[in-house]
Amino acid sequence: MDNDKIDQIINKHKGKARSLIQVLLEIQSQNHWLPKEVLDKVSKKLEVPLSRVMQIATFYKSFSLIPKGRNEVHVCTGSSCNVRGSTRVLDTVQDLIGIKPGETDLDLKFSLETSNCLGCCNLGPEIIINGKHHGRMTPAKVEDVLKKYE
Amino acid sequence: MPRINSATELEEFRKGILSKRDPDKSCIAICAGTSCLSLGNDRVISAFEEEVNKQDLKTKVDIRATGCHGFCEKGPMVVIYPDEICYIQVTPEDVPEIVSQTVLGKKVIDRLIYTDLDTGEKAAHQSEIPFYKNQMRLLMINNTKIDPRSIDDYLAGGGYSALSKALFEMSPEQVLEEIKKANLRGRGGGGFPAGLKWQTARNAPGEEKYVIVNGHEGELGAFMDRALFTGNPHSVLEGLIIGAYVIGSHQGFIYIRHDTPQLKNNIDMALAKTEEYGLLGENILGSGFNFNVEVHLDIGIFVSGESSALMRSIEGNNPEPRPKYIRTSVSGIWGKPSDLNNVETWANVPLIINKGSEWYTRTGTAGSKGTKLVSLSGNIVNTGVAEVPFGTTIREIVYDIGGGIPNGKKLKAVHFGGPLGGSIPESLLDTPLDFDELAKLGAPIGAGSMLVLDEDTNMVDVTRYFLNFLTNESCGKCVPCREGIRQMLKIVTNICDGKGREGDIELLEEISEVTGAASLCALGKTAANPLLSTLRYFRDEYEANIKKMKFPAEKREL
Repeated sequence: MDNDKIDQIINKHKGKARSLIQVLLEIQSQNHWLPKEVLDKVSKKLEVPLSRVMQIATFYKSFSLIPKGRNEVHVCTGSSCNVRGSTRVLDTVQDLIGIKPGETDLDLKFSLETSNCLGCCNLGPEIIINGKHHGRMTPAKVEDVLKKYE
Repeated sequence: MPRINSATELEEFRKGILSKRDPDKSCIAICAGTSCLSLGNDRVISAFEEEVNKQDLKTKVDIRATGCHGFCEKGPMVVIYPDEICYIQVTPEDVPEIVSQTVLGKKVIDRLIYTDLDTGEKAAHQSEIPFYKNQMRLLMINNTKIDPRSIDDYLAGGGYSALSKALFEMSPEQVLEEIKKANLRGRGGGGFPAGLKWQTARNAPGEEKYVIVNGHEGELGAFMDRALFTGNPHSVLEGLIIGAYVIGSHQGFIYIRHDTPQLKNNIDMALAKTEEYGLLGENILGSGFNFNVEVHLDIGIFVSGESSALMRSIEGNNPEPRPKYIRTSVSGIWGKPSDLNNVETWANVPLIINKGSEWYTRTGTAGSKGTKLVSLSGNIVNTGVAEVPFGTTIREIVYDIGGGIPNGKKLKAVHFGGPLGGSIPESLLDTPLDFDELAKLGAPIGAGSMLVLDEDTNMVDVTRYFLNFLTNESCGKCVPCREGIRQMLKIVTNICDGKGREGDIELLEEISEVTGAASLCALGKTAANPLLSTLRYFRDEYEANIKKMKFPAEKREL
């Protein structure tokens, strides 16, 4: 990610220290992970100690300090999806892409996360890939969905 | 668009909008809630646009992408006004037929309307469908009618008249009195009277004060706030501005989660428009009152919904709660008085100001007034968002609105309030929906999520699920919560795995008592709720598991 883009994001938040979470969130969503140099830069520009930047960056599991895959797979494990069988869907996803929640595969194709309720309970169990909802999943349907992503 | 500078100008402007609108003109209202969009309503919307263009009907038909209609189960939904014909599970292929038959020909297409699975009865109009018929939609009523991105739609329906009334006809004290008389209780979970909270913030010393919309909605299975907020952002905003006027605040915050992009867009649009119209910013409606709003987008882990944690997050810190010997309404964001209310609470405010507390208190029970949004999920036929008056029994909600349990199963329990809530068994289904009644039964209403569980559910496993969730979501700041929940989870997991021992139940009760008494915030204090309520009503399942007897209900293959 180039410096101009980071400056743009930081300038948009007027360099206020209290915008720390917003700034990290925006960088994460555009770059998919937070490289160390970027955190350094955020620390300097927002005038926040690096220790506090790191505190925030490691507190939330949505922030990643390592590169993420091109496709972010989220399996909803909310209460309704759970009673409708999300555990089996998650097992199937893990088997198919060979990684556990929180991991990224070696060729950076997929990252897998479990997510809490996203409020589409009628679609449950659902998986969300790059923000797109795939509802009413069964273990049998999972492979067809994953095939669509390169 | 020039600014609106007085109450009279607002009314004139409203008349102007209404005069340009023909109530008999056909309008195709297409649900653009998250769920319907995921089911393909985006393609239905473009298909309608294409068809209307092709037939050159632009002057005769309006197309409106609205907020969530609530009946998510049967989405994608389309409602054709003025006749209010409701079509369910619509596909792009149905669109040409709908335009030619229903919009132009005024004929109902039989295969697209709702059919009751039990009785075989058909319902062509939205208000005849049992899911809607048994509701009382005061807050959600506009969701099916307005485009959330159009302020004119909101104004046409009488929007911002409560704000104008509060600013020009009432003093802040009078508004506060009205809210107190209406006994508006916080819809986010606590049920604390909003009027008292406002009063505390209003009377707290200090010039600078803040008002906050808590749109975090981290409760599992709760999706009514985003349905309301995404579908009708102005109703919440209007409530917020009125609250700020009472409290004497000039800066508001809207706290929402980063994984709801549609909500963010609609709020941004609403803020831009209200500012342009002079309903927000400097000198609102020429009254001399100034108020600005900032959106705070956050990751939103579960504990962020707790008021003091949320405020710390707005300051740019970790969302870790603090002890609340001093309330946040006295010392909140940056130590300034900060009033935080839930989305639904704010949306009730314009209603109360417009129609009066006397009208408002006619609905509900002795202790809980007005209506409540609930989201139905789990083993239920009609998943979705429903709005019912307080006092409706749980049985009515589950069977008359929710359509009962799918696959001919029996109901076992209804779980309220997500991970910090509790379950009630089938035998208590005639309990009315009420803050105090449900709290007495150990199943506090929470934000309003209702997880329906059928006879196959193993309640010990449900408890394990919630404890597991809380273990991951506890911020870890205070030891009783961090360690207490972890130990409870360990024991319950053992019981689930058939490794339970005599004395485990007593140990669980002891740990839950300490965790509840010693934790800093509501998360730790109420973390044992699911455990305690299942111990109260389903103790035999724990005992059977420990004694390695056959489960009272077969463990479900998950």
